[in-house]
Order: sequence, then structure tokens, then C-alpha cells
Amino acid sequence: MLELRNITKIYGQQASAVRALDRITLGVNDGEFVAITGPSGSGKSTTLSIFGILETPTAGEYLIEGIPVQNLAKQVLALLRNNRFGFVFQTFNLLPRTSALENVMLPLIYAGVGTRERTARAKAALDSVGLPGRYDAHPNQLSGGQQQRVAIARAIVNNPSVILADEPTGNLDSKMGKEIMQLIQNLNRDRGITVLMVTHDASCAAYATREVSFLDGKIERDRSNA
Amino acid sequence: MTISSTVRLAESALLRNKMRSLLTTLGMVIGVGAVVIMQAMGQGATAYISDQISGLGANMLIAVPGTTRMMGAQSAGVPLLVEADLEALRRRAHSVRDIAPLINRPLRTMYGTNYHNTVINGTTPDFFRIRKFVVTEGRDMSDEDERTGALVCILGPTVQTALFGSDHAVGKEIRIHNLPMRVIGILEPRGSMLGMDADDIVYVPYNTFARRISGNDRLGAIMFSALSQDEIDDAKEQATQVLRQRRHILPGEDDDFVVRDPREMASVLESVTGALTILLSGIAAISLLVGGIGIMNIMLVSVTERTREIGLRLAVGATSSDILTQFLVEATILALLGGMIGLLIGLGASSIVAKAISIPFVVPIAAIPIAFGVSVLIGIVFGVAPARKASQLIPLEALRFE
Ligand SMILES: Nc1ncnc2c1ncn2[C@@H]1O[C@H](COP(=O)(O)OP(=O)(O)OP(=O)(O)O)[C@@H](O)[C@H]1O
Ligand SMILES: [Mg+2]
Repeated sequence: MLELRNITKIYGQQASAVRALDRITLGVNDGEFVAITGPSGSGKSTTLSIFGILETPTAGEYLIEGIPVQNLAKQVLALLRNNRFGFVFQTFNLLPRTSALENVMLPLIYAGVGTRERTARAKAALDSVGLPGRYDAHPNQLSGGQQQRVAIARAIVNNPSVILADEPTGNLDSKMGKEIMQLIQNLNRDRGITVLMVTHDASCAAYATREVSFLDGKIERDRSNA
Repeated sequence: MTISSTVRLAESALLRNKMRSLLTTLGMVIGVGAVVIMQAMGQGATAYISDQISGLGANMLIAVPGTTRMMGAQSAGVPLLVEADLEALRRRAHSVRDIAPLINRPLRTMYGTNYHNTVINGTTPDFFRIRKFVVTEGRDMSDEDERTGALVCILGPTVQTALFGSDHAVGKEIRIHNLPMRVIGILEPRGSMLGMDADDIVYVPYNTFARRISGNDRLGAIMFSALSQDEIDDAKEQATQVLRQRRHILPGEDDDFVVRDPREMASVLESVTGALTILLSGIAAISLLVGGIGIMNIMLVSVTERTREIGLRLAVGATSSDILTQFLVEATILALLGGMIGLLIGLGASSIVAKAISIPFVVPIAAIPIAFGVSVLIGIVFGVAPARKASQLIPLEALRFE
């Protein structure tokens, strides 16, 4: 259970201040697949970043399993980012000149997992996203869809309970986008991983079980897709 | 995160920019290289000096005409020493044991059709006692040779080889200054001294030199030894007084001759070594500073270039201390790499220079841990600022960095 309570996020100071989020309250239950939609600049990415503790809100409270995040030590926040959340970005964010396997291993390095287990788990993750045998490929040797698969493998390798995806199909054509969406849907259905996904695309939002629409830093609509 | 994976991470980051990494370490290479050369040369020179002093013979002193301005003696316009000075010293300087005149002239030596230009020295048997010169073949110069002004000579090994090749020289007659001189002995080889060949020399009895070559009683120098080590200063003082009187120097006037003590020469050499060490220390300090700043600079560039990477690492669970350690280790490895290259180059350069100026090459054992320590220190000191900058990045801002 993740809960935003009266969250406000203001960027910049005084005259140039931008109110990206305006007293948002939003709860996400375990196992949900939530699509976050809305026009550009409406606060979708900001919301996702607050969920992933990549960003701190200006006001309001964020609770993980009922525990207020603002009270937690920096090391605990790093630990949560390491083993509770998995991030998938529009631009993949893979380390260049680094093999797919090493990219996927990254969270396990910070989790203190030994070399042998790290390799085995990273290989299993790459296999499960449909990239067996491309362990040594560098990002520039992979297509966009394949790079996003590596990124998804990296997101799931440390068994997170939540995946946070910001326009994961934004840089892909519709065929590859569809494959990635199915992969994410499987993670939600088969493994029970909670998914929060920002998207512009209605066909992507259709994979979700719930759709939250933003407008000007506020939630405009919140409805189930059942 | 474990140490080994941190080190491996740093290595792979540095390998991605091989050329840049190598160039960055240049300052460290020069700095540590200078430290190593300094150590090696310093120890080599010290070994050389004590070697030379023990080779000079015990309690040796030498009087030469001239004044002590600058480091050497200036002899222009100053009366030379003469045989009578030697006699006066022998009679009146009581702390003196052996005493020998020294006079030399560059001349050609000939044997058959072979010839060789060298320096002919006229001296007495005392000289060989003072300097502890040993004849390896033939015999020493005798008092008889000196008294009668015999036409005999003792050759340095270089002269022997130049005139006789591998043939025996003892007993043969060579020509010097158109005089037939019988070779009576060959000196033990002494190698080179400050780049000069100490074996390229010929000794003849002083009387022979004075009567048949120079034709006068002038001396280039008087060499003598004190009765014991404790009496070196006495011997020097007595000799100075005798020579002042002989040369009619009034009280209060400066000496126009110098009585040198090899211990003083050693201290001159040591001060030269000291100056060299200070110079190299300066070069080392400046290079290490430049090297450190170079590392800091390249690490700052690297942090900026890799801002998104840092953001990603933070997003997948790195703590800020993981990031700090990563960049500190990178800086330290860079510094160590430079240090190790510097160590090798320094050792190589020292051995070449030592050979060129013919001083012993001493592997400066102490320089190895110093090179390591200095490198690690520089890496940490100059790596801290970039590493802190990296560790203080905010995950989202870093991820969004273009
Ligand atoms: N670091 C920042 N500094 C200043 N303003 C920011 C910053 N990040 C976001 N904003 C502003 O906050 C508002 C919300 O931004 P956010 O990125 O959440 O929008 P979004 O809904 O994800 O838009 P898009 O669909 O274009 O990605 C925007 O007006 C944006 O300009
Ligand atoms: Mg966005």
C-alpha cells in the first residue's frame, strides 16, 4: 500500500515558482496496475518520482505500508529504492559501453549480492524478459525494444513489489510498444507486482486496471478499467 | 557494496577512457619519478662519496697554491710551491707522517709505433703510501729510483693497454719526452672518478721529472698524511703556519695557498647532492601538485559527464557513500597508476644516469612505499572534492541532467 496525502510540489522560488502538484491525495493498493494520464506538464512524472522517492514533496505526506517516508534515514531510502521499487524510463537509462548483463546486475551490486548469485539472477531476469543469449550485448548493439527489455530486467532483478514506469513505450514504435506493454502486464498478472505507469497513449492505458488522469497538478479523474 | 566490486567498477570506468586516464596521470608520473630519482641519486651519491674518501687514503691532506675563493682554488698570479717548502714541512710539521711532492704535465708516451697522450706525474714513494696505491705487476717505486732520478715509470692500466695491448709491459722501455723510460710496474685499476679515467696516468720519480722534464724545482701540490686521524687538524694547522712563513704572508693577510682536507671535499660534494635533492624535491612537489590538480580536474569532468549514470545508480539503490567511495577509489587508482609508472620510469632513469656519471646505482627501497603512499594520499586528497560533488547529487535532477 502506497499513499500520497495532500502532496504539493513546487519547483523554483517566488516569481518563477511552478506548482507541479497541488494537494494530491492518491492511494495505490498492492497488485494494482495504475495508468497515470494527462496533458504535458500536468504533474505525472512528478507524482511518479515522489512514489519512487527520487523526489521529496514540498508539503504533504507519503506513506509506504503506513510508514511516513520523511522520517526514514537516507540509507533506508536507498534500500527502498533498491529492493521495493523498480524504475523503467522512457529513455531506458542504460549505462553505455556496459554489457546488458552488467546493466541488469547493477541493483544487485548495491544490494551486496555476491558475484556468482548476481550473475545467475541477472541472467534469469534477462531470460524472463525474452532476451536470452544477449548477455554480452552493449546498449548500442540493441534495438530500442531490446534496450527497454534490458531496463525492465534491471527493474525486476531485485524482486521489487512495485514497478514505476514513465512512458516506457514513448521511444518505441507501436509494435515494440505493444510487446513491452504485454511484458509489463505479465509482471503485474503473473508476479503480482504493483505497476504505476505514466503514459500519453490511450492504447497503453488500456492495459491498466485503473486510470488516474491529471490536469494542472490536480487529479481530474480516477476510474477503474474493469 | 563490497570493496572488490568498487575497485572493479572504478577500473572499468577508467578503461573506458584509456587515453584520458593515462594523460591525467602524467603529473603523477613525473612527480613520483622525481621522488624515486631523488632517492636513488641521493643514496648513490652518498655511497659514491664514502667510497671515494676511503679510496683517498687515510688522513690525507693536500696543499696547493691559490686562494679559496669560490669552490676551487684560483692560482693565477700566485707563487707556486717549491721543493724547499716540502723540506720545511718535513722538518717542522711534526704531526705529518708521509709527505710527497706532486707535479704533472700532459705528454705523449710512445712504444714502437704506438703512442698515447696522457698525464705524466712526478712524485716520490711516499705518495703511493699516502694514497695506498698498489702495483699489481712489477714493483713499487723505490727510494733508490727517487734519489738517483732513475729513468723508470709506473703505468696506469689504460696507458698499458694503449701502448702494449695485451702484451707484458713490465721491463719494456717506452719513450716519454724523448727519454727512454723503463716500465717497472702497473697500477691496480681504479676505474673512473667523476667521469674521468683514473687509470689514464703515468708516474715517474720526482727527481727524474724535475731534472729531465720540467727542469726546475716547482711543485703543483704537496700531498701529506697526518700521523693519525686525531692529528689531521694539527697537521693542517702546522702546514699552514710553515707555508705562511715560507711564503712571507704577514699576520692578518689571507693565505695564498690552500690546505685541503678530503673530508671538506666530501662535504662540498654532499652539499652539491643536497642542492640536487632540494631541486628534485621541488620538481616532485610541484609535479605532484599539478598531478593532483589534474586528477581532480578530470574527476570533476567525469562526474559531470556521468551525472545521469550517478542518478541511475542512486535510483537503483546506491547510497551517497557508495557514490563517494566509487569516485574516491577511481581517483586513487588513477593516482596509483601514475605513481607506479613513475616508479618504474624513475628507477630506469636513475640506473641510466648512475651509469652515465659512474656512481653506484642504489635501488631506493624506501622510495617504493613512499611512491605508493604519496599516490594514495594524492588520490584521496584531490579525489575528495569531485567525489563529494558526485555523492551530493539529487537522484531525479541527476537523472534528468542533459
Ligand atoms: N526540475 C524542475 N524545475 C522546474 N520546474 C519543473 C521541474 N520538473 C518539473 N517541473 C514543472 O513541473 C510541472 C510538472 O512537470 P511533470 O514533469 O511532472 O509533467 P508531466 O505531466 O510528466 O509532463 P510530460 O507529459 O511532458 O512529461 C511542469 O510545469 C514542469 O515544467
Ligand atoms: Mg513526464
